[in-house]
Amino acid sequence: MTEVMATTTETTVTDNTSKNDDTPTLSVIVEFTGGLEMLFSDQRRHVLSIPTTDKSGKPVTVAYLIEYLCENTMRDTRKELFILDDHLRPGILVLINDADWELEGEETYEIQNGDNILFVSTLHGG
Amino acid sequence: MPPALCGICKTQRALIKRPKNHQKLCKGCFIQIFEDEVHHTITSSQLFFRGEKVAIGASGGKDSTVLASVLKTLNERHDYGVDLVLLSIDEGIKGYRDDSLETVKRNAVQYDMPLKIVGYDQLYGWTMDQVVETIGKKGNCTYCGVFRRQALDRGAKMLGIKHVVTGHNADDVAETILMNLLRGDLPRLSRSTSIVTGSSSSEVKRSKPLKYAYEKEIVLYAHHKKLDYFSTECIYSPEAFRGSARSLIKNLERVRPSAILDVVRSGEDMARLVPGAIPDTCACNGKASFLRPTDEDNGIGGCGSTNGRTGGGEMAAMEKQLKANEAAEAAGLETEVAIIRPDYSHSRGLKSSKEEPPKSAGGVVSIATKQKLGTCEKCGYMSSQRLCQACMLLDSLNKNRPEIMI
Ligand SMILES: [Zn+2]
Ligand SMILES: [Zn+2]
Repeated sequence: MTEVMATTTETTVTDNTSKNDDTPTLSVIVEFTGGLEMLFSDQRRHVLSIPTTDKSGKPVTVAYLIEYLCENTMRDTRKELFILDDHLRPGILVLINDADWELEGEETYEIQNGDNILFVSTLHGG
Repeated sequence: MPPALCGICKTQRALIKRPKNHQKLCKGCFIQIFEDEVHHTITSSQLFFRGEKVAIGASGGKDSTVLASVLKTLNERHDYGVDLVLLSIDEGIKGYRDDSLETVKRNAVQYDMPLKIVGYDQLYGWTMDQVVETIGKKGNCTYCGVFRRQALDRGAKMLGIKHVVTGHNADDVAETILMNLLRGDLPRLSRSTSIVTGSSSSEVKRSKPLKYAYEKEIVLYAHHKKLDYFSTECIYSPEAFRGSARSLIKNLERVRPSAILDVVRSGEDMARLVPGAIPDTCACNGKASFLRPTDEDNGIGGCGSTNGRTGGGEMAAMEKQLKANEAAEAAGLETEVAIIRPDYSHSRGLKSSKEEPPKSAGGVVSIATKQKLGTCEKCGYMSSQRLCQACMLLDSLNKNRPEIMI
């Protein structure tokens, strides 16, 4: 099985996938813990530049970020461990600047420049 | 939107929304209330006595790390006078335990607690790697779980400790209740809801002080207290994610967060209707019950660092088992529910299992709930059968062992 343990590493991956230099971008720090790091190249901390608006010109939200992560950051093919039925997999907590995303509007939260968004799996380990 | 303020102190920014009542709390108030509630669980069920030696089943994972941290805090704050020790099991899976055992070692320093590590090889002559070499990856979680239970008990015994606490949380308990309900296994349902397991005749009792704590809050507690824990998936459990009762629980929580505690409370209510538990072999044929994928009765069911939760695929396995047992259940269970023993809720958890036929004349009315728990012929471990589960598994393993001697 390729399912190895998720070693917590403190190294930071800086990912500049801004496809077009004309597009204004937001800088966000995305972190994965609780075993999720294994889906993201075993890296806990990712510094990302993401577009400020989605295709329809609306400010990007956490829902957008989740999709973005799946398409651009996640190397693991098991997308279903992160997204189920187009939503974040139940059992994964999201903290936006240390606050439960339930206090911030969950998927509809509009991402601000410099936000720290933490994804924690509760499914691993006892 | 403006940041919400804490519902308790009304001054700090709320960072946590409690799943059970939607209360919004700041970090400080959340940590305080989480600890207070565990304290309440401990005192209201009189879990410890002064001077008691208590082993914390420690995997380095979030639940047992939070348990160790909270118990240390409460023991000092409320002067329980309890002597806490960390007890870890090394299943012998190369590379798998290394990091989690390192975590436990750091925890031992951080919490200033002695640490005891017991290996499967010491106890059984088999590491899990050797088991997998022999039987393959299929079904090895059963071995792991059965071995693990005894490992904790025997480890505790070696240390002269009669009480092991485990990090089972409300999600774990709810999951087990659902599984046992779906299986129609009422005796086990009853046992799985009680905070203390292990009969008075058993040498080591087990309890779960985090029984009412949401997994979500445990993770948040660990996060906000910056606890040092380790998360990994058992490498021999590739299906751990799929189709598990765990997913069901998590989906329920998504729809209605209070569902988890509701399931726990309902499980407790139903347990009160279940008369003295019956031994494993009774409600169904022995074979089926023996290879149960999850056995909460084990206290430490499941596999690897997953803490008594069911692995994947067990829903399917259960369906299969249910079909096989349909007849037995239809015949057996209905009558059992009808008998109500008033004092049961008080003794629940301390007594166990088998009902002996009521004595005919002048017999004590207390229909003996003390199971005629024999001991394993081979190892002396308590068992309702000739051989305990571990020895039965070892038996078949040893038959298959190639050339190697134990
Ligand atoms: Zn507060
Ligand atoms: Zn035995």
